[in-house]
Amino acid sequence: MAVSEITVEEVAAERNEPSHRRALRDWICRKPLGAAGAFVVLFFIFLAAVAELITVYDPVANSFESMHVPPGAAHWFGTDQFGRDILTRIIFGARTALLVGFLASVVGSTLGLVLGVTSAYFGGRFDLIFQRIMDVFMSFPLIIMALAVVSIFGTGIQNVILAITIPFIPRCARVVRSSALAVREIPYVDAARTLGFVHTRIILRHMVPNVMAPYLIMLTTFMGQAILLEASLSYLGLGVQEPTPAWGLMLQGGAEEYAESAPWIPIFPGLAITTAVFAFNLFGDALRDTLDPRLRSE
Amino acid sequence: MYKYILKRILLMIPTIVGAAVIVFFLLRAIPGDVCELRMAGSGLYADPEAIKICQQNLGIDQPLYIQFFDFVWGFMTFDLGESMWTGKSITEEIGLRFELSLQVAIMATLTATVIAIPLGTISAIKQDTWVDYVVRIFSIAGIAMPSFWLGILIILGLLIATQKVTGTPWMPPIEYTPIWVDPFANLSQLVWPAMATGYRYSAVATRMTRSALLEVLREDYVRTARAKGLFEKLIINRHALKNAMLPVTTVIGLEFAFLMGGLVVTEQVFNLNGLGKLFVESVLNSDYTVTQSLVMLVAVVFILTNFVIDILYAWLDPRIRYA
Repeated sequence: MAVSEITVEEVAAERNEPSHRRALRDWICRKPLGAAGAFVVLFFIFLAAVAELITVYDPVANSFESMHVPPGAAHWFGTDQFGRDILTRIIFGARTALLVGFLASVVGSTLGLVLGVTSAYFGGRFDLIFQRIMDVFMSFPLIIMALAVVSIFGTGIQNVILAITIPFIPRCARVVRSSALAVREIPYVDAARTLGFVHTRIILRHMVPNVMAPYLIMLTTFMGQAILLEASLSYLGLGVQEPTPAWGLMLQGGAEEYAESAPWIPIFPGLAITTAVFAFNLFGDALRDTLDPRLRSE
Repeated sequence: MYKYILKRILLMIPTIVGAAVIVFFLLRAIPGDVCELRMAGSGLYADPEAIKICQQNLGIDQPLYIQFFDFVWGFMTFDLGESMWTGKSITEEIGLRFELSLQVAIMATLTATVIAIPLGTISAIKQDTWVDYVVRIFSIAGIAMPSFWLGILIILGLLIATQKVTGTPWMPPIEYTPIWVDPFANLSQLVWPAMATGYRYSAVATRMTRSALLEVLREDYVRTARAKGLFEKLIINRHALKNAMLPVTTVIGLEFAFLMGGLVVTEQVFNLNGLGKLFVESVLNSDYTVTQSLVMLVAVVFILTNFVIDILYAWLDPRIRYA
């Protein structure tokens, strides 16, 4: 009757392992690409957090004796037209990109979450009018809306965050609303109402926790988009301003100027943007598959 | 079908009016007013008389409802007023650049379609093989790669390659020539930005083609077609692709509406004097009247494109028309 070789001790060891750790391990096995994305994201967060400790050069100070130094032992990614070390600026740029990415997507999707659930909860005419307003806001492409906001409030990091947050709100509200419509029909919402709870409490305590899946999915999707959008705005000169290190800013200045003298200048910052967005997208796709199989992309 | 189109048109009107309201209040949301900010924003001394003249020119000394009416009327009659920066007529400025941006947009759409449909199809047929993985990585990379960086890489590549081959670096021409004047010069300028925007665009469409086709291939009628011994090629082309094309059409159309956003950065990279560049310049120069007109123009193009997609969809799929 030797059915299995598992001893009592092994079973016990498995029991002792915290369940969330086991769940995480299972998830990594099932979604290796998503886990790789998450790993790269964590790596960028680590770089941004300890930027001062792991770099030796100053990210902003010009150094005219070391301009256009090609990649080598002293400067792994070379230096730019002002003699600044590109690797250092990429590491500090990760801080800008992640700050903008996290703030814009968290604030944008959270406001969208509350608005979307509120719209679904009240329903009827309120919902109808609210949806038409969202339609109107969605008729401006992301970057156009962001540029319009920048044109009013001006450039700089806070305004860039604002400019990216605003167009995210209606996009999240729409997705969350459609899930919240289903939640609204579940009897516990009626039960809460019968108990005489106020609307705010029902919305925040009873409905919001049940639409976390679409919310988290939108949140991760927005992170990649926000980083890309920040890079675009900064590249256009309408986002983060010099001397703050930002990836988009490092690409400014025309490819033709550096093609012969220093082709590494535009290559590494672009690679950093692409890798970060790629990682966020891989993680987001895997998260979507896990949280909501119905939305599966393939 | 006519009833459906009429219904769609009626639904479109409130959206356009809503967009007009937002764009209108955009400029009124500025602290102070446009003229004060424009002339005294940087702390310089501004002549109160000049501000007054500016306010009169823009009509912002009028009551709000008259201003709004003027704005909407101006848009309907294609009279968008003057640029606050150059003083030229905005309608003319847009007219000059419209052709170039439209051509890049159309070429990018063609590039995207030509890449996306075959790649998406192959990827779906060879699901979970190495071909599928390569295509999927290619398309995910397209979404992650900023189109302006791809543009920079294209220029870099062109310069380095031509330097190696001919000895002198070659750059795409800066001056725009209409395609009917000199098609070669025109294409040698615009093919590159179309590629840079088209790649990103194709990524979205490739993923859509793949997933739509995979879904259709699981349908009963495809199994029936296989069961009666039809050639696989015929099943894919006649039965599956035809039905999978519906969502793909939507994505391609939607992305076309979003192209204006993509052009904003690409035109900057390739130094093209199109609408995107005009937009960026107007924001940089605080040229509020031009910004306002362009934002409104983009919204109208977007809403109209959506309308066309809806009609096309209903025309392609009778189930929607009669629902």
